[in-house]
Formats: sequence, structure tokens, C-alpha cells
Amino acid sequence: MNLVTNNKWIGQRTIRPDGMDKVTGRAQFAADTTMPGMIWGKVLRSPHPHARIRSIDTSKAEKLPGVKAVVTSRDIVDFPIEKGAVMLGIQDMRWMCRNVMARDKALFPGHPIAAVAATTEAIAAEACKLIEVDYEVLPWSIEIDDAIKPDAPILHEFNKFDGKPSNIVGRLEHKKGDISEGFKKADIVIEHTFTTRPVHQGYIEPHACLISVAPDGKTTIWSSSQGQFMVRAMTAYLTGIPQSDIRAIPAEIGGGFGGKTIVYLEPLATLLAKKSGRPVKMVMTREEVMRATGPTSGSKSTVKIGATKDGKIVAAHGTFYLQAGAFPGSPIRGAAGCSFTPYDIPNLLSEGFDVCSNRSKVAAYRAPGAPIGAYAVECVMDEVAEALKMDPLDFRLKNAAKEGTKAAHGPVFPRIGYIETVEAAKSSPHYAAPLGDGHGKLRGRGVASGFWFNAGGESSAQVNITEDGNVVVTTGHPDIGGSRAGIANICAELLGIDYRRVSVIIGDTQTVGFSNLTGGSRVLFASSMVVTQSTEKIIQTLRERAAKIWEIDPEAVKWENGAAHPVSPNAGQFEPLTLEQLAEKAPAMGGPIGAGVQLNTQGADGGFGTHVCDVEVDVDLGIARVIRYTAVQDVGRAIHPGYVEGQLQGGVAQGIGWALNEEYIYTREGKVDNPGFLDYRMPVCSDLPMIDCIMVEIPNPKHPQGVKGVGEVPLVPVTAAVANAIYNALGKRFYALPMSPPKVLEVLEAPTQQAAE
Amino acid sequence: MAKVHVTTTINGEPMEFLCEPDDTMLDALRGPLALTGSKEGCASGDCGACSITLDDRLICSCLMLAVEAQDHEIKTIEGMAQGDKLHPLQQKFLEMAALQCGICTSGMLVASDALLRKNPEPSEEEVRFWLAGNLCRCTGYDKIVRAVMETAAEMRAQ
Repeated sequence: MNLVTNNKWIGQRTIRPDGMDKVTGRAQFAADTTMPGMIWGKVLRSPHPHARIRSIDTSKAEKLPGVKAVVTSRDIVDFPIEKGAVMLGIQDMRWMCRNVMARDKALFPGHPIAAVAATTEAIAAEACKLIEVDYEVLPWSIEIDDAIKPDAPILHEFNKFDGKPSNIVGRLEHKKGDISEGFKKADIVIEHTFTTRPVHQGYIEPHACLISVAPDGKTTIWSSSQGQFMVRAMTAYLTGIPQSDIRAIPAEIGGGFGGKTIVYLEPLATLLAKKSGRPVKMVMTREEVMRATGPTSGSKSTVKIGATKDGKIVAAHGTFYLQAGAFPGSPIRGAAGCSFTPYDIPNLLSEGFDVCSNRSKVAAYRAPGAPIGAYAVECVMDEVAEALKMDPLDFRLKNAAKEGTKAAHGPVFPRIGYIETVEAAKSSPHYAAPLGDGHGKLRGRGVASGFWFNAGGESSAQVNITEDGNVVVTTGHPDIGGSRAGIANICAELLGIDYRRVSVIIGDTQTVGFSNLTGGSRVLFASSMVVTQSTEKIIQTLRERAAKIWEIDPEAVKWENGAAHPVSPNAGQFEPLTLEQLAEKAPAMGGPIGAGVQLNTQGADGGFGTHVCDVEVDVDLGIARVIRYTAVQDVGRAIHPGYVEGQLQGGVAQGIGWALNEEYIYTREGKVDNPGFLDYRMPVCSDLPMIDCIMVEIPNPKHPQGVKGVGEVPLVPVTAAVANAIYNALGKRFYALPMSPPKVLEVLEAPTQQAAE
Repeated sequence: MAKVHVTTTINGEPMEFLCEPDDTMLDALRGPLALTGSKEGCASGDCGACSITLDDRLICSCLMLAVEAQDHEIKTIEGMAQGDKLHPLQQKFLEMAALQCGICTSGMLVASDALLRKNPEPSEEEVRFWLAGNLCRCTGYDKIVRAVMETAAEMRAQ
């Protein structure tokens, strides 16, 4: 018998369970699956930003040889607006049914009008061209300022704001103290307005699905999403098929970042499959992804911060207008709720406004709304620190939220690690290092902090011991960044066995209990709770079985290093019983060994990060490059440090793209003019430096392993850290993103600093 | 239009397939050849997820017509491991967490392999510029660059 003595896996850089499939090309992503008899679906999309649909004639398309089915909004279940909200998580099905297929109006270029299934992709595309749509083209607006003008074209006539039809479809405020009193106490007050452009999540895998509907309505969906249960529920709502008849199988997901938390194709492919009697595959082109999915909101934020001479913030006011696109749902909660949260501010008003305009419906993007708010707040923080002649990290330390601070959005903080992130940034080798000589290019350093709520919520797991004494864990969350590796570490450590004996599987909707979205940085937090409880139940069973064999009390049996042992010599002298031996004896000792747990998990307290960024600006070309970057974050407990660092590094890279290049550019006709990776310029390998990570570990007291969500915080501070670094390099402030070369040149060539505003 | 018959070599094996004249090599790989390790992220040569080699030259298979494979030699991610033995790059990517979602990984590995064949001792800058045609949205590239450099060092030491 080989008893392994070192089975401590939490914190180890183990090989991820799905890694082998991914480095050999075996992993099955959404577009990699086929079925016998499969046909192809395509979507006809609106060319107009805003148009009433007078009629749709699909007769010519239906007659084209090879066409098997055509669907329009008539085939989608309607959720009438006047009947009130039908919510699925944060999504209102009234908007979802209109987003997957335009009903009375097309609201953005790319809005689906009809869908066709045919024997080949080429025939389906040809058939789309044969569909005749009679549009009444309407005036439109895309930018926030245009959409909130008094005479702006209204997207949703039912919506009223201040009693009048309006594109402002939502407002939220967080309030603490009295800001007018607070500002009176300030020695210095700084206020600025900032804008950001819509940016796309930029996952490399386009949306795709393959769907089969049997004549009895039994439906099988293979698709890539951030939640197979979300796919099942939304498809059920929009097609009328009961959830019990829909098996949604999660394919490997090629990136989501929030953008795959809603459906686009699945209801259409289901209806096409039902009508045609054939399995239907649909895959978006990159252009469709850019025109019709995501992005996050563009924004206009005004932030005012007042502080005393000794560096205490006495009042702050933030107003965040976020562009929702075609339907309500901007992440105003993230913008208004997160951006001041690192600080203990006695008087605070933070307001968010949700503004509809003729752009694709906003989708979640990594800490939705929080980077937008943090950009404005953290830039003003930098200016206040400068005006006070304080080090920007010292200024943050002086005002830092800590245990007992009441956040404006409600909670009183438990033990949090924000201060530790600032201190770690301050004492980092990076912060101490000189900027170095730019050889003609200007260098600067900036810092910024950020907060994200994190989330708990519903998760389910089943842990089974195989007949040969190994372990299979099934959870319900698509693994987007290595969560299976974390689960394997935890389960193996609890059982005291080699992590390679634990196989971690993502179950489909009909084989594992309900599990909410992979989102909100919740997956490892929530799924490790249910896996831990399941594994503890198994350990209890194993102890009971050993006790039965030894004829002693179960309390006299302990589980250690993959085997049952008597607690002490007093309990009796017995050879340990290993997991394998107990598995072998299972049939005679009470049957299979396994346990499942389902929970609505609580205790996912928020996460904080502080970043340090060095830039180098070529003043002739206007190119700003990040040359050194350090991300510090309170990660709770790094179950798999490699993938925790990966989250930090990936978030930083996205933030650098948002800061320096990424933006939706529109034509005069209101269409996205850069719907591809050549012109929508995400960071490539040669754009970035190595990204250093400092993981501060303040364990979450409400979690069995101390886990905190880590995936979203790292995007929050980045744009401000880059902006503050550029200011430090140039002595000129930017009040708009991205700080791309033409915009940098514009500011450099402006005669006065005010021109930059 | 009648399909075209193409005879070629893929991962060292003689292969034949039928394709439309306007099919890309990526269409042929993912369709009739059922080699879905090469991914389509953009179909415009910008993301590199479909990277393969054509006669040992690194290309985007979405920018090559399938008919051009006639009498040439194609290598894809599926040919990188030898039986159950991983290529050192594949092993290092696993050990160093140089992948997250995995959609870019096939292309990254094929491109990195092509680099190390050409340049066994690349600098960080050379790795970064060589891989600039392969988009990764998850990792920030840090661990990928480190994995490639460390693999190169180990391969040189052998």
C-alpha cells in the first residue's frame, strides 16, 4: 500500500483537468460539433439603426431549393411590454424576445429580422437576401448626448422619464450623508467630466450552437455560453418548450468576459430545427459578433471630489450616464456602486442613468460598469492628490475603506484587504524603481484602485467515488479560466489523494443541479463551497464504513491522506482502509459512495485591487505604450496561483486595450465601421510588457477555503492607472478614452491644457 | 458547381478531400477533414486561431484556398504531439498555465513551434513580435511568452 504523505494541493500549480484536450486540439468548442443530417442557419439583420418594420415577405426565400425553414419574430414567444417585467436573473424577457428578433422595430444595424435554415451555409445566406423587408426608416441616435436631447428620437415610446417619453430608461442612486454640507468643509474641490467609448468583450470564439429538436419536442443544445442553465431557461421562455425537454450541453467556451451571459442564436436555431426537423448549426461571423453582440456601454461621467488640506475626502459626487444600446440594462449598478467604494467618504452621492440608443444591446463585460466609474473617480483622485501635494497611494491610504466602513451601496465591510493592496503597491519593487530614460520618449507612472462586488448565488455539485476508488466531480458552471483546476485541488486536498485522481466535469442541464451563470467572479467561490460540502459528506460515509468494518464507533475513525485510520491507538489497532479499498467494498457496505449539494451561496464579499502602471509616450507619433505594469489584488486565497495570476494579467491586458485603442467607430449612417480585429484593435503580444502580479491573501472568513472572487477586479483600475501615467508623462490630462495616437496628438498639439477637455 | 478533388499531405499522412473552389483551407480542415483543432476567430487573418504550416511556413488557414493544398504538406495542431508524447511546448503550456479558455491555444502552439524551428533562441521581443498575429484575450500573453522562452531554453539544453 502506498500512502502518499504530501497531498496538500491548495495553492499548487497543478495541471488543469481540461488542459490536455486544449493543447492537442481535441477540446470541443461550440462550433466544433456536428450531427448527421445537420443543416445551417443564418440571420438576416437590419441595415438600419432605427426603422419600423412594416412587413416581411419570406415567400421567395422559402421557395429557394435547399431552404428548410424560415423564422421571424412571429415564431418567437412575445412578452408584451405592458404586461410588466419577466425577469431571468438581471435580464427582462421583454427585451430578450425583442433582441433575439426585432418585432415592430429594428433598433440597431445588425438587429435580427429573420433567420433561415438551409442545407448549406451558402444557400442560407442566399435565402436571406431573398427576404423582402419593408422598412420605415426612422431618425436615430447612438451617442448619449444625442439620445438624451429633448428632441431625440425615442426608441421605446412607452418609457417615460420626468413624465415625458425619454431614452433614459433607468436611474439608480447611492447616498450617504449630505454632499452639500460635505463640500462646504472641503479646502479643495475638483470636478471633471469623462467619456468612454463602447468596447467589446473581444472573446476570440464567435457565438455558435448546434441544436436538435426531436418530433416530440425533446431538444438538445450544444452551445458555448457562460451558463447552460441560462441557455435552457431563455430558450424555453422564447420558444415555449418546457425546460424539462431542453438539454443544454455546455461546450468548451472560447472566452466570454460577460458577453456570453445572454443568448442570441439558441432560440432561433431551436425554432429552425423544430420547423425543419433537422439539426441546425449556427455560427456567427466576427462581423456579426461586433455588430450584434455585446459591447459594454459607452459612458459620460462627471465626478466631483472634495478634500481637506490634510488629505481627508469630505464629499464626493458622481453622475454616470451609461449607454444601454437598444434595450434597457446598462451596468449602472457597477458604475455608481463600485467606483467610490475603496474609500471611506462621509458624504457621497453616486447616481447612474441608463440610456437607450440605436446600438446593439449592452452585455456584461468583466465587472460591468465598474471600470467606467473607476476611470472617472480614480483620475479625479489623482488630481486631488496632486493638488494636495500628496503621494497618490498615501492619499488613498488616508481615505481607505476598512473593516467597519459602511459602503454607500449598503454593506458594512467585514475584514477586507484594500489597505493591504495599497501598501503592497507602495512597497513593490515597481513603485520604488526609477522610471528610466525614455530616449526621447516621455515616461510616466500612474496608480489606481478598484473594487468589484463579487457574487455568490446558486451552485450545485455531485461528487462520486468510482468503483476503482477515484473521484468524479460534476459542477454546473462553464469553466472559463481554469476553475476545474481549482476544484480538483480542493477536492483532492480534502480527500488527501493525488489531484490527478480527481476528474472534474461540467455537467449539462439534465445531469447536474441548477447552477447560476459563470459571472460575477462567482464560480470558484460558489462551486468550491458545494464541492467541499459534498466531499465532506463522502468523507463522513467513508469513516462510517471503516467504522462498520472495524466494528468501532465512526467518531473513532479519522480520514487522512486518502485513507481511514483509527483516531488513536485506544480506538483499536487497524490497518488503514484506503479510498480504493472502501470503494471496492462499497457494494457490500451500503452501496455506491457519492454526495451532491445544492446551495444558494452567500458571503462573497467584494474584492479590491491597486495597480501601478508605467507608460512611454512617443510625442511625434502619439503612441503611448505600457512598459511596466504591476497588479496588486486581495485574492482571498489563491487555490491555483497560476490561474489567479492569469485572471489578473488578462484583466490588465483588456484594460490597456480599453485605455489605449479599443473603441466602436460609427459611420455617418450609424453602422459600426470597425467590425473586425484589424480595425477594432485589441492588444497583441507585441503591444504589452510582462504583467507583474502581487497576490495579497486575506482569506474570506465566510468561505471554507477563504476564496474571494478574482476575475473581475483586475479590469477595474486599469484605464485610470494608464491615464494617470500618461498625465505623469505629458503633464496633460485626458478626459476621454481611448487615448489612441490621433487623440494623443490632438491633446499634445492643443494650445492650452483646457483644450484637452 | 462541381466540387474539387484535392490530394495532399496532412500531419505526415496522405489525404484526399473534396471542396468547393472557394472553400478556405480552414473550411476543409474543419469540414471534410474533421480536424477541428484549428479555430475560426475572424476569417480575416487577424486572430491566428487557425494557424497551420504549409510546407513548414506559418500561415493562417483562413487565408488559404483549400485547393492550394494540392501536392503540398500541411501541419496542424493535431500533428504536434507524437502519439501520447506531447511536444515540449504543449507540456510547458500546461505546466505554466499558458492557456485559459483554450480557443487561441492551437494557433499559439503552432505559431510558437514555427518560431522555435526558425529561431531556437528567441529574445522576449522576438517572441512577442512573432506571436503578434495570434490574439489571446484571456492571458495578457505573459505566461505564453514565458512558456515559449522556457521551452526554447530547455530544448537548447537537450
